[in-house]
Amino acid sequence: MSQTATTESTDSTVETPLLELRNLHCERDERMLFSGLNLSLRPGSIVQVEGPNGSGKTSLLRLLTTTSVDYQGEILWRGESLAQSRLDYLNHLLFVGHLPGVKKALTPRENLAWFSGLNSGHQRCSVEEALSEVGLFGFEDVSCYQLSAGQLRRVALARLFLTPAQVWVLDEPFTAIDKQGVANLERLMLEHAAGGGCVVLTTHQDLTMPQVQKLNLMDFRTRRVELGVEDGYEREGSLYE
Amino acid sequence: MNSRANEQPETLHSPLMTQPSMYQGFMATVKRDSLIAIRHRGEMANPLMFFLMVITMVPLGISPEAAVLASLAPGMIWVVALLATLLSLDGLFRGDFEDGALEQLLVSPQPLYFQVLAKVLVHWLTTGLPLTFMAPVLGVMLSLPEAGYWPLMASLFLGTACLSLIGAIGAALTVALRKGGLLLSLIIMPLYVPILIFGSSAVSSAIEGFPIVGQLAMLGAFLAAAVVLAPLAAAGALRIGVNG
Repeated sequence: MSQTATTESTDSTVETPLLELRNLHCERDERMLFSGLNLSLRPGSIVQVEGPNGSGKTSLLRLLTTTSVDYQGEILWRGESLAQSRLDYLNHLLFVGHLPGVKKALTPRENLAWFSGLNSGHQRCSVEEALSEVGLFGFEDVSCYQLSAGQLRRVALARLFLTPAQVWVLDEPFTAIDKQGVANLERLMLEHAAGGGCVVLTTHQDLTMPQVQKLNLMDFRTRRVELGVEDGYEREGSLYE
Repeated sequence: MNSRANEQPETLHSPLMTQPSMYQGFMATVKRDSLIAIRHRGEMANPLMFFLMVITMVPLGISPEAAVLASLAPGMIWVVALLATLLSLDGLFRGDFEDGALEQLLVSPQPLYFQVLAKVLVHWLTTGLPLTFMAPVLGVMLSLPEAGYWPLMASLFLGTACLSLIGAIGAALTVALRKGGLLLSLIIMPLYVPILIFGSSAVSSAIEGFPIVGQLAMLGAFLAAAVVLAPLAAAGALRIGVNG
């Protein structure tokens, strides 16, 4: 995956960002998380959302996955408001949350069969291939109760191989994953971006990928300071830096 | 849809041109929940054991006399069936909420209505339906008169389906609470009252030799309304619950 290839694919579709956030403002429990957030995700972009714990990373991802509509501003999917094109958007979205969403009573194969059933069997490869890609070859029919935390996460991440979805939203995808696994995931994200997809992820790890766009949520808290409102997180933020 | 015109001409994303089928999504969830229920047989047997135990205690606690028991039987069986259903409701969405599967359900391109309906269907198949088939056996223990058996099963068949559907609303509303058990009962109990009244009155009317078409029709009407409305309410409540 050369970097020139990815830049070309980005250039060819400059006019249509997949997902666009305009002047996004989000509060939670009367605490401002971020304000004036603008971001456009084009095919080929990989965005790493950064910020200390409690800075609103997961809240932002919730907005991007439509599980929360608690925001002001606009989120556009291919130029249309997300409220109107929600089903079409969800059809192109893959979300891996910080909870793996894997049923322990079921085997990895059964878990993935459910995911692909929800997407009507849209698959890039078979469930077996996806599982062996994440290093779970031979574990297809083992009850998930017997898998370790890292292996459970790998079951959830096998969906990255399975789905043809264009937008990936990943909340802490590297939790409990070993070094080799992290490297594989990064390679997968690069391939996905080169194929015209985009990725939004949160992680505290330093990524080795060259084209990652970093988005620090602490940069979008400024208005609160101008207003001179006491904010515990502001102090925590400066401490963090 | 102009989004299709914007679609990248690449093979990777082409399968998504078609909208996912609701039937497939529905069946996937039915299949998954049935499998989980089968793997967790003990949990599934809980309400049934409760049903059996309470009905066994009744003759011991009240009177073993057939005449006394026969008059109590219709109401007793119905009340205990209702409580047994209530007992099993708490876990309807709780497990999915705790392991993140509920989030996945919300971000899947499936209407939440049918997904909730699928989950409720499995809940009914694993509690309401077994309760319905156990009821005649327990009727024998309470010396239920012969005329009451078919009405009992018919009314429980329709009634437990209503109980599962209405209960789903309460389960969805309390999904994000750590200890939702008591609140769930408080929310759901008043809604269960009409079903209890019509259900047990169907059985006692049949025993007294009156027609029961009216009561069964009412239960059928409740069921029809619950199928349409309850999953909508539950889906709304789940969205709020996950949003936290």
